[in-house]
Formats: sequence, structure tokens, C-alpha cells
Amino acid sequence: MKSKTDVSLTDFRKETRAWLEENCPMSMRKPIKVANDFYWGGRNPKFNSKDQKIWFERMLEKKWIVPYWDIKYGGGGLSQDQNNILTQEMSRLGCRKPIYSFGISMLGPALLKFASEEQKMKYLPDIVEGKIWWCQGYSEPNAGSDLAGLQTKAVDKGDYFEVTGSKVWTSYADKADYIFCLVRTDFESSKHNGISFLLIDMTYDGVSTRPIKLISGKSPFCETFFDSVKVPKENLVGKLNEGWTIAKYLLTHERQMIGGIGETDIKKKLHQIALENLPLINGKLADGILRTEISNFEMDEEIFDLTIQRVTDEAKTGNNSGALSSFFKYYATELNMSREELILALSGSDGLVFEKNYKSDGNLARKFCRSKGNSIEGGTSEIQLNIISKRILGLPS
Amino acid sequence: MALIISEEQKMLKESAAELLKIKSPVNSLRDLRDQNYVPYDKSLWNEMVEMGWTALIIPEKFNGLNFGYLGLGQILEETGKNLCKSPLISSCLLSSSVINLCDNEVLKAREFPLIMNGTKTMSLAIEENSYHKPYDFRTRAKLEGDNYRINGLKTFVIDGSTSDEIILVTEIAEGEIGFFIISKEQKGIEIKNNILLDSGTYSDIKFNDVIVPKENRLNIKINGKELLKDILAIAYSGIASEMLGIILESFDITVSYLKERQQFGVPIGSYQALQHRASKMFSEIQLCKSIVIKSLQSIDYGDKERYKYSHLAKAKLGKTIKLVTNEAIQMHGGIGVTDDADIGFYMKRARVLQQLFGDYNFHLDKLATINKY
Repeated sequence: MKSKTDVSLTDFRKETRAWLEENCPMSMRKPIKVANDFYWGGRNPKFNSKDQKIWFERMLEKKWIVPYWDIKYGGGGLSQDQNNILTQEMSRLGCRKPIYSFGISMLGPALLKFASEEQKMKYLPDIVEGKIWWCQGYSEPNAGSDLAGLQTKAVDKGDYFEVTGSKVWTSYADKADYIFCLVRTDFESSKHNGISFLLIDMTYDGVSTRPIKLISGKSPFCETFFDSVKVPKENLVGKLNEGWTIAKYLLTHERQMIGGIGETDIKKKLHQIALENLPLINGKLADGILRTEISNFEMDEEIFDLTIQRVTDEAKTGNNSGALSSFFKYYATELNMSREELILALSGSDGLVFEKNYKSDGNLARKFCRSKGNSIEGGTSEIQLNIISKRILGLPS
Repeated sequence: MALIISEEQKMLKESAAELLKIKSPVNSLRDLRDQNYVPYDKSLWNEMVEMGWTALIIPEKFNGLNFGYLGLGQILEETGKNLCKSPLISSCLLSSSVINLCDNEVLKAREFPLIMNGTKTMSLAIEENSYHKPYDFRTRAKLEGDNYRINGLKTFVIDGSTSDEIILVTEIAEGEIGFFIISKEQKGIEIKNNILLDSGTYSDIKFNDVIVPKENRLNIKINGKELLKDILAIAYSGIASEMLGIILESFDITVSYLKERQQFGVPIGSYQALQHRASKMFSEIQLCKSIVIKSLQSIDYGDKERYKYSHLAKAKLGKTIKLVTNEAIQMHGGIGVTDDADIGFYMKRARVLQQLFGDYNFHLDKLATINKY
């Protein structure tokens, strides 16, 4: 027998599907291909097509930009089940996200948990409406894996903080309006205890950026420099010197995102790519070794997806371990890197094309290069393995 | 379908863990072996019968518990953890499943009560080679009047030495497969027992003009080939459950040892070289847990993809059990290769389970074949 909620969820699914089919422009149902396919919002919003604008505005009006946030912050007030349904239905149609935003995926969750009500009211609705483009300032040239060793300092000058230092790997810092930053506010205490979480307007005097070019070519990554930047005290989120708690919370969150929790992208199966590229003998790939490697990869890929499901289902029954996010981040990135290696292997010399030519757009080789960062960004694989061994297995230091 | 076990399944698992911890610690395997390879502890088997384990997958119509394979899998995981020997795999997982999925109602009514009350155990004879090749039959059953005449050789028969009856899978005619119940007392049966790496007894059974009445055929109208496919899926997933138990326990024992064992004045578990390997094993184990639940569940719900999931389970568990048992011995150092330590028994049982019903390579090949490449 179906319960009342089941019935109302079935209705919700039906209505959602109908609404999406009617309102999502066809061009917004195609896979993201180039940078212009993303809409980021910001103070100087740039829509790259008419449909992109229509899609964003319709979703905004429907309150589905951040469907699961509270209505008072501009969210849609959907339950977790409803939100899951919306995500599934969007992925079924292939709908793009109406806006890509670190405000939604990263800063928002931190504000909801740690900010004052006043700050929530000030920042969250702007995130929903896409008015502010946020970027993240965590890593520093000398604080990568040892993130808590960060040295960008914010000195208390009475009615403001004076921030000096530099951040690295700040995605889109050259385009963003605001940065959420980890800064050192106490130089005496142990390194984890002197960190604060600060919001800095990128137009403040003394802020500058420089893009970083990767082995894959152009990238959204930047370096960001702070030269005696005056930041109002009200821009501090959470308590002074307790920013590490927020940082840890966000890192867990980030690992879960990288680890694929809630991911909806459907990737082409590796064996399909193989079948398009390689000859068969007696119905089997002629290259027996590659066949084994693909089969092994697809085994792990499929079971990893089942593991996301199992752990999500267990979490619903109250069985939850935050440290598992390290396992997800570690495994998902290692898998993706194996995938890119295999794609390169089974594309032969065509896969090596780096600049557009008659055969290829050069994306394969660039994606391959880019994947080398997967096991580094968001905490290296080694850092994740450290966390598993200490926090889950309880191995001694 | 949520990928978790139900409250009832959890209770069943906990009661199994409790019983086996007291009655079947690893040392009892050592004792059985040292008493000239006693196949299993009969009094413990009687307790298992009393707990209802022999009735788990038998339908309510025959007074069984109809608890499903995810339920039986929980028990097998626990027997794996304790390296407990019993006819659970041969009699309950394999033979009962064959009888249940066949359409000989007379034999069901006759055999199920005896299997459930533990007075009869059975073994399934499938393999004919020293490696898993389930559709490659050289045994033949030829219909002669009201009887079948059977000739051929079966190998690697689990508990062949102790079972009362054999369920034989054989070709009847080109492409037609029959399942028969045959008493071991039948004239023309020759049994050779082998003690394998895990201290278990496995048999080669030769059939020399064995005459079996028609009534003993289990599949009357049901297509034997389709049936065998389902029995294999059950075998792969069930064996994977026991493998999961072995993986979990040998990993646990090893992590505890890393915390205990001191060298250079510190616990060896403080060294990153070992920590990272342990964390990698932990990660692979997360995947093992998921696929074992999924494959058992897909059998219980008649999911069309159950065959694929069973290959995934046996492949993944086969690969991981090799990794974990090898690392377990290496991380134990010298003590790990002594007979005094328990960890070696896990590695030995693991190798037998890896080979039973196909190793990692076999199942990886099947997965590729399913996807037509």
C-alpha cells in the first residue's frame, strides 16, 4: 500500500516533469560543451544566449534556483525527497543547471550553518538571484596539503581587518565579485586555532588577480593577492579564530561533491567508446589486455555508484560517517583518472590531438591533462588516505 | 529498493554472529583439521538447524521460512568471519535452491522436510574440469524406458564425502540439461575425496552406468539451461557473501594487529606506508559491501540484471579477497606465516572460494561478454 507522502511525491514528480518539459528550452537540455555554456551570474551578468536567460529567469521565478533552501532566503522550500525528484527529472531531460555558483554549492551551506541571521539575509538571497559571483580562497603557495599552515593575515585595526597575503587555485577570481577566505587572525596559538572565515569584496583596494595556465591549457584558476586590504568587521563569519571548523565543514562538503554524491552527469560508457574505436575478433575486442582493463574499470565504476547509493540509504537510517567523504573523494578521483587514461589508450593517436584540427577538437588530450589535478585538488589522495586511517580505522599517529 | 538490510535480517545476522563466536571460533577449525580433517562439527550443525538456517530459502508452502537470499547471505557472511565449516553452502544455498526452482512437486514435498530438519544433506555436482566451465558437459544421462543411464565424471563437489545425496547436473541430449537427485549408495558411483587448502573435503564423483529412475529428475518442464543460469547467479552471490565475511574479519584482525604490534618503540600502524595500504583496502571493502547486498537483493526481487550483479559480486570479491588476505599476512610479518596465527586460515579458505564457481578473470570476461565487447 502506498502512503500519503508516496502519493503526493508521485504527483510532485508528474507536475515537475510537465513543468520542466514545458519550460526548459531545448538548447538548455544539451550537454555542456564549451565555457560559454555555463552561466555564472554576478554583478555584470553575461548571458551567452537568449535561452540561457529565459531558463534562468523561469527557474528563478519558480524558486528552483536553490530548491531546497528555506523560502525566506529565496529558496524553494522543497523537502529532501522533493528535491531528489527534481534533480532526477532534470537529469532525465538533460536540463542544465540554470546557474553555476560556488555561492550555492560551497558558501551557502557554510552560511546556513555558521553565519548570523543578519548575514544570511544579506548574502543568501543574492546568491539565489545570481547577483554575486563568489570564489573560494583556501590554498596558498605554501599551504596546500597543509592547509592549516596558511599565512594570509588579517590584522585587527579597530573597526576593520587589514588583510595581506595571497591565495592560489582561486577559480574564476578574475571574474568573481566576492571571495570567501580563510585568514590567520591569531599568530600565537596553534595553527588550527588562529584561523577565521572572512568575506572580501574583490573591488576593495589592494585586491588583484593573475590567471594560472595549466598543463591542459587555459583554466579558470587564478592567484589572488591582498595588499593591505581593508575589510569591514561585519564580514567575519562565525567566531573569530574559529574559522577552521567552517573550513573542515566545507572541505567535507567539497569532497562529497567531488566524490559524486548528488551528481547527475551521465558519462558515456567506456566500452561504448571502445566499440566505436577498436576492432572486434569473434565478438571480443581484439586487444585482450585493453578489454580486461575496461571490464575491470567498469566493474569498479558500477559498484562505486552502488556504494554511493548504499551509503546514502544508510545515512537515512541514521548511520553516517563524515570521514567516509574522504573515501568517496579518493575513489571517485582515482576512478576518473583511470577513465581518462583508458580513453586516451583506446583513442590511439587521435586522442593525442591538442589543437583543433580536421579530426578532433583537442578536448580528449586536454581533459586527460586536466584529470591529473583530480587527485590533488580538494585534498590529495594521500591526505584522504591519512584521514581514513586516522578517523575511521583509528590507526595511531 | 534501498541498499540496506532490514531489521529482521539484522537480527538474524546478530544471532548468527553470537552463536558462531561461542561455538565456532577459528580454533575449532584447527581442531577439526587436527583430528584428521573432520568435515564439520555435527553438534553445531544441529544448532544451525534449530536456528532455522536450513529453512531460510524454502517457501512457506513447505513450512520453510521464505527469508530470501539476502537473509541467507547474512549467515554466510558470519560463517565466513568465523571460518565455520558446515553443509550450509552445499545443502542450503545450492541444493535447496535447485529443488526449489525446479518443478517436481513430489520431490519438493519429500526432500524439503528432511533438509530442513537436518537429517539429510545434499551436494550439487556441477563442475567437470579443474576450473569453472559450467556449460561444458561431458557427462550424459540417456533415457532408457523408465530410467536414465548416467555416465561421466564430476569434480570439485563440495561436501561430496558427507552428503547423503547428490544433485547431478548433466546433459540429456544436445543442449538439454537435466537435474537429478541420486543416492550415493547407488550402484556404479565411485567417490574419490580430496583434502584441499582450506582443510575441506571435496570429491570427484564418477558415474559408471548409474541407473536413476525418471521420477528423480527435478526439472520436468522447466528449461534446464535457464535454470542453471539462475542457480549459478545464486552460487556466485552466496559465495561472495562468505567471501565478504572473510574480507571483513581478516581486515579487522589486521588493523588490530597494526595497533598492537610494536617495532622501533612505536605501533607499526603509525607508519604511513602501512596506513595508506590499510585505507586503500578499506575503500575496496566499501565497494564489496555494496555489490554483495545488491546481487543478493536482485535475486530476491527477480531483477532482470541479477546475472550481471552476480558476476560483478564474484569478480569484485575475488579481486579484493586476494588483496586483503595477502596484505593481512604481509602486515602480520613472521607470525603471519605460522600455523599458530589464525590469519593464514583466512588466506587458505579465500583461495578455495576464489576458485569455486569461477575466479576474477572468469567473471570479468563474462561482464565484457554481457556488454558485447
